[in-house]
Amino acid sequence: MRVIGYVALNVFKESVRDRVLYSLVAFAVLLIGASYLIGQLTAGQDMKIIKDLGLAAIATFGLLIAVFIGIGLVWKEVERRSIYSILSKPVRRHEFILGKYAGLALTLLVNVAMMTAAFYLVLAYMDTQFEENVRAIWPAPAVDPGMLRAIALIVVELLLVTAIAIFFSTFSSPLLSAALTVGLWVIGHFNADLRNFEAVVDSPAAAFLARALYYVLPNFAAFDVKAQVVYALPVPVSYLVTTAAYGAVYVGVLLAGAVAIFARRDFK
Amino acid sequence: MRWPAAVLLVLLGGGAVALQAVHERRGGPPASASENLLYVRSPEAMRRLALSYDALLADLYWIRAVQHYGGTRLSTDPRKQYDLLYPLLDLTTSLDPRFNLAYLLGAIFLSEEPPGGPGRPDLAIHLLEKGLRAQPEKWEFAQWTGFVHYWWRQDYEEAAAWFGRAAKLPGAPSWLTLVAATTLAQGGSRASSRALWQDIARTADQEWSRNAAQHRLRQLDAMDQLDQLRAAVTVYRDRTGTPPDGWEDLRRAGYLRGMPVDPAGVPYRLVDGAVSLDPGSPLNPLPTEPARLR
Repeated sequence: MRVIGYVALNVFKESVRDRVLYSLVAFAVLLIGASYLIGQLTAGQDMKIIKDLGLAAIATFGLLIAVFIGIGLVWKEVERRSIYSILSKPVRRHEFILGKYAGLALTLLVNVAMMTAAFYLVLAYMDTQFEENVRAIWPAPAVDPGMLRAIALIVVELLLVTAIAIFFSTFSSPLLSAALTVGLWVIGHFNADLRNFEAVVDSPAAAFLARALYYVLPNFAAFDVKAQVVYALPVPVSYLVTTAAYGAVYVGVLLAGAVAIFARRDFK
Repeated sequence: MRWPAAVLLVLLGGGAVALQAVHERRGGPPASASENLLYVRSPEAMRRLALSYDALLADLYWIRAVQHYGGTRLSTDPRKQYDLLYPLLDLTTSLDPRFNLAYLLGAIFLSEEPPGGPGRPDLAIHLLEKGLRAQPEKWEFAQWTGFVHYWWRQDYEEAAAWFGRAAKLPGAPSWLTLVAATTLAQGGSRASSRALWQDIARTADQEWSRNAAQHRLRQLDAMDQLDQLRAAVTVYRDRTGTPPDGWEDLRRAGYLRGMPVDPAGVPYRLVDGAVSLDPGSPLNPLPTEPARLR
């Protein structure tokens, strides 16, 4: 366990050295710039739009970090041949993979936490720019803790994307890994269509296949409750728990697969 | 080595800005066949393409709808085309079915008569009914549907039916029942129109809707004032045998106390005995007077 921690810390330090946290500056500039401009363009929907934008930006920046760092984590060590020196130390292969994953997960958590703090600061500032009668018609207050529910599921989604990226990176090149990870993320948003496939095809075999894919492929649409929290619609805790559990199990499956593949790789 | 690089950077940066200014002064790129282009018109396709960014895309389409409406309305083109307005509102509300302002303001935008809007109350009703399908408890959509029937279609029976339907929805104000009855009894009278706009000015939660209602109320006041001024001109003509040359004649004859101005503060026009709003008044064009229910 301690070895995993060391590897993870190393990944985190490396990502800081690689200026990954610069994405936070881009996020802050985007949000502050947009909050100023949006008021001039939206005919009274400023708060809704800044919330939509903030949540979408957290998800997007996180996704970019998860994919583009995740795909290089294992490949970089192999390409630089530093994998030999790492594995010659008392670091077992599964510890290496799990450490890499935990390191990137930590990077993402720090990123999302800081973006969330910046997001709430912008919302708190915007809140002061409106009069009481305008605030009264918002479906939720500007600084609404309920939005943390959407952010929590974004985190779970990012952890799942990271696991997918690491899984692919254990056996393919970064370009292919990126394509496969993004492809799976996109397909994961069409899960509902796979479920309803039998309504549009006559072939029972095709319907069965679509149904099977619906259960096997990750359902990314389940992690998206951004619109619900912006309108202060109820998102039950039971939903959060089951969705998070679904994400955790899926991450477990992917990491187990990544460890199994990596354990069999021959680096000679 | 650092200084030359910095100087080069400044020079090239300045050159890019200068070229952009030249580009702008020359009127930008050659005009394309149509500036009004919407790449994806199908709400269903856009919902799928949006992945998890449907709310954000709805915001973008909403901003585009506002820009399209405002830009067209303010343009000097005599043939104002609001072709994209409904498709943009349809996309907005399909991507985010709870985007209430898009239904309500969109209905006003669509209903406005040319040149202030496309003059499509049918599409406004279609949009509001879509809103009601998405949120059947939203009494405001039913109220506005009634209002579109009342003001723009002058179908008072249908308007009364919608006001009645709105009154039955949870959370609806009790005065809506009265509005439904009044509309059926006196639909088309200026008094009932004024009462409806006053209700909206009082209860609308969006500033834009309240402003629109205040604007309509000022127009109704102007219509009342125009009636009074025309009556004074008629009396003057009957008495003297000639129309007044200007407001001063009416003032000297004791019909007026001073120069009459409309509720926006712009003087009324009197030309050859005909009284009208000044063309520069922001109250132009006055709405078509609804016909009384027969």
